[in-house]
Amino acid sequence: MQIPYTVEVRPDTGLSNAKLGIWLFLASEVMLFGALFSSYVLLRVSAPQWPHGYEELSVPLATFNTIILISSSVTMVMSWAQLKLKRPVPARMYLWSTVALALLFLVVKLYEYSHHFALGEYPRASTFLAIYFTLTGLHGLHVIGGIAVNGYLAGPGAAMWRSDPERYTNRVEVAGLYWHFVDLVWIFLFPALYLL
Amino acid sequence: MSGSGHDHMRHHLKAYVGVFVALMACTVITVGVSYVHLAASLAVTVAMIVATVKGSLVAAYFMHLKSEQPAIYWILALTAVFWVLVMFLPLLAYLGSTGVR
Repeated sequence: MQIPYTVEVRPDTGLSNAKLGIWLFLASEVMLFGALFSSYVLLRVSAPQWPHGYEELSVPLATFNTIILISSSVTMVMSWAQLKLKRPVPARMYLWSTVALALLFLVVKLYEYSHHFALGEYPRASTFLAIYFTLTGLHGLHVIGGIAVNGYLAGPGAAMWRSDPERYTNRVEVAGLYWHFVDLVWIFLFPALYLL
Repeated sequence: MSGSGHDHMRHHLKAYVGVFVALMACTVITVGVSYVHLAASLAVTVAMIVATVKGSLVAAYFMHLKSEQPAIYWILALTAVFWVLVMFLPLLAYLGSTGVR
């Protein structure tokens, strides 16, 4: 069976089904992270004492990771733009760059985690660490998800460019919307957890 | 794609580079301010304003919300309403705990 509205726009929504779908998913993601962010605020304002993020965590490493993630968002949108210009080779290069930057982000994150664990700073050690590991852990899972999708699109999934270039371009755009959201979440987590 | 389409895309590419530079500048600002150790309320305000500016740039340009279909704006408006409700739950809990009704 043919999946409808993968390329052409559905008249009543003005969108392809994939784009409507990813935005509905992102709306649910806003609520998921919103609930946890709200929990963070509640825990923080109701705690008798709360450490400053910069006392417990490494601001330089997180700043580096912020730069990495923003750069990966740029390479992601560049990949889509190159496909729009009908240039699949640079598009794939940009997509692989996005995957590489995401992996670098995870390596830094794992280094941070292992440093905490070596000092016995597990989630159970304090409320601050509990919410820190919950928020960054969930975000990290999203980064892993992005690597899987973008890796597929840059690797075996790229074969679709030859059979159905428009649909492939839409797939990269939709994957990009997800990836920019992951970047957006980090933009708020970074100051909330590390800088305040 | 037509020649004008290419020009259009070149315009986009320029905007993406501009947004990248702005995001980097905002990152430098927010990290720089954190080293000054402002009073808590001011620090939170500055950090959240800068984060909102950065987030808006990502949403407007990279996620193309600057020019999207109404259906997406409606979905996001509804999401925003519930998001605000969720963000106010801590305040309600706080008011409850202090006996303010």
